[in-house]
Amino acid sequence: MPDQPLLELRGITKRFPGVLALSGVDFTLRVGEIHALLGENGAGKSTLIKVLTGVHPAEEGTITLAGRRVAPASPKEAERAGISTVYQEVNLIPALSVAENIALGRQPGRLGFIHWRAMRRHAREALARLEIDCDVDAELGSLSVALQQMVAIARALDLRARLLVLDEPTASLDEKEVAELFKVMRRLRGEGLGIVFVTHFLDQVYAVSDRMTVLRNGQLVGEYVPAELPRLGLVSKMLGREVKDEVGRTQPSDTMGAKVETPLRDAAVPRPAGTVLLEAKGLHRRGAVQPLDLQLRPGEVAGLAGLLGSGRTETARLLFGIDRADGGSLILKGQSVRIGSPRDAVRLGLAFCSEDRKTEGILPNLSVRENLIFALQAKQGAWRTLARAEQERLCDHYISALRIKTADAETPIRNLSGGNQQKVLLARWLATRPELIILDEPTRGIDVGAKAEIEQLIAKLRADGLSVLLISSEIEEIVRNCARVLVLRERRPAGEIAGAEVTTERLMQKMAGHA
Amino acid sequence: MKRNLPLLATGAILLVLFGAAAVAYDGFLSSRVIVNLFADNAFLGIAAVGMTLVIFAGGIDLSVGAVIGFTSIFTATLITGRGLHPAAVWPMAIGLGAVLGALMGTLVHVYRLPAFLITLAGMFLARGMGFWLNTESVGISHRWYDALANFDLAIGDAVHVPAAALLLLGVVLVGYVVGHHTRFGRTLLAIGGNEQSALLMGLPVGPAKIAVYTLNGACAALAGIVATVYTSSGNASMGIGLELDAIAVVVIGGTLLTGGRGHVAGTLLGVLIFGTIQAAILFDGRLSSWWMRIVVGALLLTFILLQRIFVRRKS
Amino acid sequence: MKRHSSLLWLAVGLILLVAYNLVGNPAFLKISVQDGHLYGVPIDILTQGSRTMLLALGMTLVIATGGVDLSVGSVVAIAGAVCALLLNSGTSLVVTLAAAVGVGALAGGVNGTLVARLGIQPIVATLILMVAGRGIAQLICGGQVIIIDRKSFEFLANGFVAGLPVAPLVVGGLYGLTHLFLRRTAVGLFVEAVGDNETASRFAGLAAARVKILAYVFCGVCAGLTGVLTAANIRAADANRAGENAELDAIFAVVVGGTALTGGRFSILGTFLGALLIQTLAATMYFRGVPPAVAPVPKALLILAVSLLQSEKLRTWIASHWRRKEGAV
Repeated sequence: MPDQPLLELRGITKRFPGVLALSGVDFTLRVGEIHALLGENGAGKSTLIKVLTGVHPAEEGTITLAGRRVAPASPKEAERAGISTVYQEVNLIPALSVAENIALGRQPGRLGFIHWRAMRRHAREALARLEIDCDVDAELGSLSVALQQMVAIARALDLRARLLVLDEPTASLDEKEVAELFKVMRRLRGEGLGIVFVTHFLDQVYAVSDRMTVLRNGQLVGEYVPAELPRLGLVSKMLGREVKDEVGRTQPSDTMGAKVETPLRDAAVPRPAGTVLLEAKGLHRRGAVQPLDLQLRPGEVAGLAGLLGSGRTETARLLFGIDRADGGSLILKGQSVRIGSPRDAVRLGLAFCSEDRKTEGILPNLSVRENLIFALQAKQGAWRTLARAEQERLCDHYISALRIKTADAETPIRNLSGGNQQKVLLARWLATRPELIILDEPTRGIDVGAKAEIEQLIAKLRADGLSVLLISSEIEEIVRNCARVLVLRERRPAGEIAGAEVTTERLMQKMAGHA
Repeated sequence: MKRNLPLLATGAILLVLFGAAAVAYDGFLSSRVIVNLFADNAFLGIAAVGMTLVIFAGGIDLSVGAVIGFTSIFTATLITGRGLHPAAVWPMAIGLGAVLGALMGTLVHVYRLPAFLITLAGMFLARGMGFWLNTESVGISHRWYDALANFDLAIGDAVHVPAAALLLLGVVLVGYVVGHHTRFGRTLLAIGGNEQSALLMGLPVGPAKIAVYTLNGACAALAGIVATVYTSSGNASMGIGLELDAIAVVVIGGTLLTGGRGHVAGTLLGVLIFGTIQAAILFDGRLSSWWMRIVVGALLLTFILLQRIFVRRKS
Repeated sequence: MKRHSSLLWLAVGLILLVAYNLVGNPAFLKISVQDGHLYGVPIDILTQGSRTMLLALGMTLVIATGGVDLSVGSVVAIAGAVCALLLNSGTSLVVTLAAAVGVGALAGGVNGTLVARLGIQPIVATLILMVAGRGIAQLICGGQVIIIDRKSFEFLANGFVAGLPVAPLVVGGLYGLTHLFLRRTAVGLFVEAVGDNETASRFAGLAAARVKILAYVFCGVCAGLTGVLTAANIRAADANRAGENAELDAIFAVVVGGTALTGGRFSILGTFLGALLIQTLAATMYFRGVPPAVAPVPKALLILAVSLLQSEKLRTWIASHWRRKEGAV
């Protein structure tokens, strides 16, 4: 019974305009199994989940559930087939009661009239199955996120689910709540349910899952049993960087990623000792990152590394004044400063290239020129308007310096490729002549050539005396570019590595939680 | 308990307002005044019940006042001008209101157009069509109208409840059952709460949205018919600006204007608050009618700010 | 590209409408000189349309930031009432005008603060003043239509300068100034950026909330000036009727003019043409003997047609249909 396959995905392929999100991925879930689905950004986890739950039907490949072929075309069809999902952000209705949330859309009753008593009783039973104690008449929004999560699970199971997908359920739970969730997961496993567990907390993977499947760049890396693959090995699978194992033989490194032959990082470059541009002391924010210290120096590329969800972007947002810190201090050139908004940050000479180009970076319908001069113009204010000639000079300069491919400066930026949009955004910040530039995943989702160019640009900025803080999930990008790296792990600083110590192995050890 | 807090707040405001008026003006605390609170605001209340359901779903309908005007002149023209029987005309009028609502709902949902813009266009359309039928007021004299005008339900000796008030109570009751005890009503609240979640939960979002605009169109038409009974005439200019009063009443009744949270019974309380202010201004004689709008605006501001704080604290 | 095509459509619509009028009324475009003043249908359209144009000018900026201001009609009434109050108590014209502008700015400030600082939906936030504003105007007027007997005041709406009507001149001037101001300074860029992607513009260091508030203040000022023109036109402050449904005409003019309700790119020229189209439509119906009360019907159809044309869904549907047909051939 236990090894009997419940769900089999074979050769799943899914394309989005310009991206091959999944390419021939296989996945097998057995009866009574908790199966962790792992991978970094862009690995294809969420696409695979969406294929499974009918949000984005696959183009190729087959889904077999308990021996029967299924092809869910909508979440509702998937639910009917026995595939239920609980998403990261609880997709329930906070203003309605617990009982209603469990029953919504299939409330007991006749002719559309709701039989409230039956509905409440039913909800109580559904929660009792999970051993959850909560008032079914309470408004969902008044419960803790953990309890809301449980209600969502109760709703999912209520559909006679055979397979439960938990998409990052633990992202906002504390340790006690996670333990509670695991108890429920194990109980359900005991009942013969198959659970797909998507998470990026490795400790939790090892604590609860029976098997793990790793995806990378839309492809299957492999299926593993936790006991047979230690944490460091898992991280290397996720990142696609093989490490020397105990025996000492080197496994072939994969060929993904940019080939940048010239060593950009030069640990031997002498830098003025002691000068610190920006220093953060004990900076923290609840739910984002635990207190951390950080020193950024002119003429240095510092790295912020960690797995997805480790608090990298959150740290950058605190530095740039997007989110308010709960505590800690910032010292800029020896002076204590308060950065309450991006506007403050820009005025102090900071720049921040967000990882989310589309929603936090580009002004999609405005031209390349307008996007490029925007930060400088915002910094100067409305009254000190950049003359059109000056704007065009800046555009010409950066379009040729960064080799931005665009028909002309008046093209709307949304018509550019991702890499060229990214270059325009870099130019936007460089035009403000910043002293510190924070680059959050500057090479994500752009082609190999543009990647190399952006890395060369980073080297040049360092040579020009800028301070650069680089955030990247691509571990070799960090190794290639950074002289000093702060590693974050599960929203905590996990140590700093500098100089010759900055190697793939050391970084992965830190990220995986080895000393 | 907590979820009924806005409802209780509205109830308390009604009691305070009514109490203050009762103390200030002789004869305010009488069964006649109370009955008239219902009767005089019957068509506002009926339209507001439909509006409540639309707002439940996070929508808005600015056409209701114009639909009332159109229905009233349409009804009067057919009964007085064409000699048709009300029993035939009323269903036609309600059907037309429903059709207009369905059209607007379809445009809003299928073509993802902003509800306020589409229903504004609906308002222009209905108002223009009404004036096209007749720019003048048309009187109605029909047996049924006389009977309805003279009808009242006597409770004891002193209290006589006219037909309009009864109808209002009936519509509120139906609205309450639909909004709070049917799958449809709960689906509306779910859509208003989070349309994306509602879709992922497999709820029939599109049909429900179109249906609620249809229902609201029918409600507005019914309100228009009640208006013809109340005035024994039809007039295309009836109900100008009534959509704003209806929205105000819904919000004062504790329904979140962004959708997802509210109570049909609250809307009745909102109508009564509206009526009490109106009656108090009338009783006073020194206070002018414009204080009505200013007080309603102030209440609206208060409630919207309170809702904002409420929602912020939640998130 | 798209910007120009929507302007082109507008121009075509306008020309067709004028052509339709010329068929029934060859004198439609005739302008004559009487007593040294220009007269004729086009002059009437410009004069009568100047108020909608002015309101739509302010509305353009608010809509470009992704908002909407429903209260402008009520602000028109308040500003008119303030004018009546001040002028009839002997205040000078300049002070009166300043007061009307100030009242508009105040109203816009309130709306903008509710929207940008408190995060209330624009429709909801401006609804408050839409409801209460007319009451405030009536309060100022004491519930009556107040006659304003001041020649210099009436001149603003109905006078002529060098044979040209004053109101369209003033409004045209404001259009020109606004256009220059927005395009010569970075303010226009800031407004479009906030409407296009508010988060991105904030992350790039723009004080997005301030930009939004200023858009509402500008819209309020335009409404205040429209109140002046409205009162001057009828030589009276009518708190009940002044600016009635004016917000709708203004929104329609902006939308027809090609500025999307979702915000972003705006077109001042488009708004001007949109307002002109609406006023020409009104004049057409007048000449065709359509009672003014029925006039909303074609307006409603126009706005429905334009909204549908702007709907992404319909566009893609038509595009795919078109391609299929081409493929078949």
